[in-house]
This record gives sequence, C-alpha cells and structure tokens, in this order.
Amino acid sequence: MPDGGNMKKVLQGNSAIARGAWEAGVKVACAYPGTPSTEILQEIADSYPEIYVEWSTNEKVALEVASGAAIAGARAMASMKHVGLNVASDPFMTLAYTGIKAGLVIVVCDDPNLHSSQNEQDSRNWARFGKVPMLEPCDAQECKDFTKIAFEISERFDTPVLLKGETRVSHSDSPVKLEERKEGKVPLGLDPKNVPKYVMVPINARVRRKIVEERMKKLEAYAEKFKYNKMEINSQNIGVISSGVAYLYTKEVFPEYSYLKLGMVWPLPKKIIAEFFKKVKRVIVVEELDPFLETEIKAMGYKIFHGKDVIPNMYELSPEIVEQAIKGKGYKPPKIKIKPADLPRRPPNMCAGCSHRALFYSLKKLGAYVFGDIGCYTLGAAPPLSALHSCICMGASIGGAHGAMKALGKEGLGKVCAVIGDSTFLHGGVTPLMDVAYNKGNSTTIIADNRITAMTGHQEHPGTGFTVRQKSTHMVDYAELARVLGIKNVRKIDPYNVKETMQVVKEELERDEPSVIVTTNSPCIMLRREKRKFANPFYMIVTDKCRGCKMCLEIGCPAISWKEGAGETKDGHKRKGTVMINKAVCVGCELCAQVCKFEAIVPGKV
Amino acid sequence: MKKNGKVTNIFLSGVGGQGTILASNILTEVFLDAGYDVKKSEVHGMAQRGGDVTTHFRFGKKVYSPLIKYGDVDFLLSFELLEALRYINWVKDGGKIVINKQEIFPPAVNLGLAQYPQDVEKIFKKYFKEDVCMVNGQEIATKLGNVQAANVVLIGAFSNFFPEIKEEKWIKAIKGLLKEKLHELNIKAFKEGRKAL
Repeated sequence: MPDGGNMKKVLQGNSAIARGAWEAGVKVACAYPGTPSTEILQEIADSYPEIYVEWSTNEKVALEVASGAAIAGARAMASMKHVGLNVASDPFMTLAYTGIKAGLVIVVCDDPNLHSSQNEQDSRNWARFGKVPMLEPCDAQECKDFTKIAFEISERFDTPVLLKGETRVSHSDSPVKLEERKEGKVPLGLDPKNVPKYVMVPINARVRRKIVEERMKKLEAYAEKFKYNKMEINSQNIGVISSGVAYLYTKEVFPEYSYLKLGMVWPLPKKIIAEFFKKVKRVIVVEELDPFLETEIKAMGYKIFHGKDVIPNMYELSPEIVEQAIKGKGYKPPKIKIKPADLPRRPPNMCAGCSHRALFYSLKKLGAYVFGDIGCYTLGAAPPLSALHSCICMGASIGGAHGAMKALGKEGLGKVCAVIGDSTFLHGGVTPLMDVAYNKGNSTTIIADNRITAMTGHQEHPGTGFTVRQKSTHMVDYAELARVLGIKNVRKIDPYNVKETMQVVKEELERDEPSVIVTTNSPCIMLRREKRKFANPFYMIVTDKCRGCKMCLEIGCPAISWKEGAGETKDGHKRKGTVMINKAVCVGCELCAQVCKFEAIVPGKV
Repeated sequence: MKKNGKVTNIFLSGVGGQGTILASNILTEVFLDAGYDVKKSEVHGMAQRGGDVTTHFRFGKKVYSPLIKYGDVDFLLSFELLEALRYINWVKDGGKIVINKQEIFPPAVNLGLAQYPQDVEKIFKKYFKEDVCMVNGQEIATKLGNVQAANVVLIGAFSNFFPEIKEEKWIKAIKGLLKEKLHELNIKAFKEGRKAL
C-alpha cells in the first residue's frame, strides 16, 4: 500500500461519509434519495451490514426515525439533499431543543448551480436558524473525519449536528485513510423519567430554549479550539477566509495568499477570526452562494477587502470564477476557438421506450394543463412533448391541481390534472390527495407508477415491495389507498395504449368528482427486475410509405431521427425527407407506430 | 514516483451510457498506485442516459481543486465527437487530445432542428496539429466481440501518453474494477487500444 502502509482508498465524498458513519459506530441510518446525497445511504446498505439502514418515506420521516434511535442510545444519521431539509425542518427545529442521547448527525447536501434540483439553497442558514452546529468538509478525507467528529460533538454538547455536503464534495473522489469501527459509548435504552427533556410542551420547551442558548455559547468556545478551523499564514498582505470546496478553488489559483479555512461554519470562532485580521492586511471572504460568513464577519465589526462585491452569490464557484472575481480586469480568459453556444445541446431526455413519454403524448393530445412533480417525468415539460406546466416541490402537483380547479370552477373540467410519480406520491402526495377528497374537490391525479425511484438511480420505496437491502416487504396498493382516502373513481391505464389512455383520462378530467388514475405495466425501462416485455423487439420505417410528416418526431424518442432528402413515397407523395429508427436504441414500445398515420412504422425483423 | 509540484489535468467527456465513469476510475486507480495524490469529479445529473457526461481528473504531488481550471486541460479524452468539440476551449496550448470517432446525435439533431458539427477532426488539428489522435473505439471493440468495451480501447490508446507507467499497472487497475468474467475482453480491448496509436 502507498503512503507508509496506511490503508488508503479512493472514495467518493458520499462514500467517505458512509465510511465515517460506520467507523463512528453508527447503528441506524435513514434517508430519502436526492441528488447529490443518494450514495451515502446506498453505500451504507451495500457495504456496512452492522448498520440498520432504510429508505424512509420522506426526509421528515428519516430524521424522526434517526432521532428516535438516538434517543434510544444508538448513534444515528439521516442524510438528504438541501430541499430534503425543508421537508425535515419541523423535527429539525425542535430536536435542537430536546437534544439527543447518542449522537445524531444530519447530512445535508447542497446543489449549487442546480445540476439536479428545483432551486439553490445555502444550507448553512439552517445552522444559524436552528441553532445547531455545522461542519463543512472539502474533500473525501474530511468527509470521513468530519462525520466522526460530528458524532463526538453531538454527544459532548447534546445536540444534533449538521454536516454539509455539496455536489463537488459529495461527488468528488480522493484518497482516504481507512480506520476500524468503534462502537459508541452511550448505552442502549430509554429513559422514561426524562420527560422534561423530550416532551416539548411550552412549560418544558421554555426551559430547553434557554439551554439551547447556553449550549451555543459552549459551542462557540469549542469552535475556537476546533483543529479544523485552521490558519495558513503565507502572505501578510492578503488573507482569505473560506470553507469547503470554495477554499480548494481559491487555494488552487492563489497559493501565495494566507488562509483561514473554517471546518466548522457554525458557530464561528470569533477569536480566531480576530487573530487572522491582525495577521493580514486585507481579508477576502470567498464562499459559495450566500454571504453567510461575510455577514457575520461584518457584524463583528470588521471591514473586508472583498466578498460578495466580486464573488458571485448564485450558481457554483470554480477556480476560474474565483480567479476572475479577484483579479478583475487582470484575468486573461483562454482563447475561444469554438463558441459552445453554437453547438447543439444535449439535454437530458426520457429514455427510449419510457412509459412517461407515452403518457405525456396522450396528455398533450388532450390539451391538458398538467401540474407536474419531481422526477424523470418532469422532462415532460421539455420540447417536443412540452406537456407539463408546473413543477414546484415533492407532492405539489396534487394540491396545485385541486387549487386550480377550486379557482376555475366548472370551467376547469376537462382541462386540468396532476401527474406525480410513485415514489413522489408516497413521499408527499398522500396528504394532499386526502385533502382533495375531504374538501369535495374534483381534480384528477395521475400516478405514473414506474415501480421505482428512477431519477436518482433506482431506489426502493414503499410501493416496490422491497427494502433497501432487497428484502421482500409490504407493497402499497395505490388504488386501495386512494379509495380509503375517499376517492371513489380509481382507474388504471396502460400508457403504451394511446387510444385507451386518452379515453380514460378524458372521462376523468371531465368528471365533476375527484379521481385517481394509476398507470400499470409501466415500469422504468431501465429497471431490470420488472423488464417490460413488448410484442416486438424493435420497430422500423417503411421508407416507401414515409411521407416525412414528422409526426413521430413529436414524441421526442432518442431512437428516431430525421434524414433530410427530397423525394417521394412509392405512391407518389412528395416529401422533404424521411425518418430513421436506430435499431440499437429502440426497445419496441410501439408508441411511434401508434402515432404514424401512414402505416410507415412496422415491427422490425430480427 | 515523480513528485514535482505540477498537477496534470485530464478532462473526460462523453454521453451517458458510454462508460466514461469506468474509464475515469481506471485512471484514478493507476495514478493513485503510482504514488500521486488524485482527485476526480463528475456530475451525476438528471436522467439515466443520453445527457452529456464530464469528468475532471487531476493527479500530482498535491491536488487542491476537484475541478480543472477553464483553459488548463493537459489532456482531453473524449468518447464522442460533439462532446469533444464542446470542450475544445478548455484545452491549453500544447495540450494532447484523444477522440473516439463516434457520433451520437443529440435531440435537436434527431429532430432536424440543428446540424451535427462537421469536420471535428479538422478543427482540432487546426489548433493542436499532430497532438490530436483519433481512435475508432467502436470498430476495435466490435471486432473483439463487444462494442461496450470501446471505453477501455480509448484508455488503452490514452495510456501511451504515460510511458513511465507500465502496461501491467493498467491491467491491474482494469482487473480490480471489473468482474472476472469481463477481464479477458477488457484486457484485450486495452491492448488493442494501446496499439492503435
């Protein structure tokens, strides 16, 4: 092994967090999948059998389960993406009051630049808002180390601890020194006498409220001694205060500057910051997203040389963005050889044979206004389908459609529906559906059931019949659930049958009562377990019949392409070109053949 | 172990499903084994397939940033022609380029709304002259019996730029990352790729 025989392995940041949890003796880990946090729990499930692990129904449940385990004396972790903590914020804010018994760490992974998210949030604000300490690692080694330290802090100060990941930390790989697992020291067991600590009724919560403030003072003192709040004195002229990956970018382009790298971003070490201001003439604060450190440092009474006046407060940073911001006009960009904007983009697209494509084709033909939700099917908004009209957050489609119908009255009948995926429905769609029935709504909810949490890379959920470790378990029946909630009209459709789908959806959109439509026989086309069988392995174009009308291009299938070239069909219709089907990509879903009016798309011969 | 201060920047680009992740994992293992500090960064975006995929891979005595600075790429290893051209500005003067001669049409081209860029090779040669290597990864891999091994063919070709690293080190990394039943095919693919330049 390199490096003097230490066990060293290249790990992704998320895998390093999983490893850190294992080494820290974690017993319970919970999460709901969400980019860029998903791999943390997946890695624990795959590699560390000592840890009980679950895909929870949503992030709020994940945190509640983890907190219960911690109160019972087991080190526990909940991981989620930035918007997941919005969902989990209710238990989060009050767990800061109760504290824990064994260590409780909440990993929250931000997504600057919205690589795979509906918004951009700076989760450091949760630490200040919730009065909870937060650690921010910059690479895989720190991911592992900080996870372990987070558990120590949690138990020492009786508080949940936030660990901040982000796309470029969670999804970057670098070498990590591996160590052994050490079980936690807190004994397992519940303490029924400790009611004032855990029952947050006003009389108890008022007492805990004060304890939170006292704990914050102790944590501030701890931050001054925290060894990962580190000064590197090089230049006496310019010093940078930074944290996480922003520190790495800055260090990369300005190695000659002095640095104060903060491993703990809340609470801040005021004395160390004061010392840094004494050691360097000018201080630049480099941080991604909000002026979090900058605001606090200014509130301490310091003048900074640069901060968000030059460093962007949105999207992600990078070495060249930091260089350009600090150098200003002195930055020399590389010579442009090709303008990337002139090249055709390659946006994400539904896979060939995806059942969502078929569903959205029908919805487009019906002219429905679709309140959409979070998942692969959000791609239904992209051209050429352009058949999804809103996407806000997990579960928002159902309430949205209900509200629109209440506003439009009878005028809305036949025009509005909600489309939500199976996993998203179970995460956040059950309560709004109950609301629709209870409040005498008349909206239609389509559950696009592809049998898996697809977009994040195939995670199990309560509707698949399997746990995270592939144990067979209870499987939610969507139709039965909808009926119990009060929905009388529950229909099923096979989205690959366009005619039937359009008929059923039309009837339900026009019905002056709430309805639920569940897609069947529509598993994710990439899901091997439920491999969808089609009658034919692929389809092909009868070039003699193709009139080049481009109708089949309207479904946006990656297997179908346009070939320019004037000519005519066998029966003499002029055309400007023809289409082609890529046999290697086509899975034989037959949607294009149903769309073609000239019988020019037929089953291919093997 | 060579331990000068310089960090080498390798940028990989391709289309989801082409196996760029395996390729970058091979690089990671090889250069870690050679005693370097390494960092690799990639974006796992929306949708499983079809989108563009990029990986930043860096090795040296000490690597800070997980991302390569724009314009600082020493080696561009691209698995698809359009995805090579998209990142041409990232390559520094004197940078080396290996491109797989494959065209995968993006949606706008499929729909007849945009042209797939012509003369990608010519454009690269205009700026980088003889430092541009074109490899027919699909053809070589197909001859070996599985087109999926084109990514390892590319790694084989690319390995020629690092004569200090012996062939068996690359093969060790490939074996470590793949299931045993895939070893034979991929070792052949690596060796054929190594001969292709």
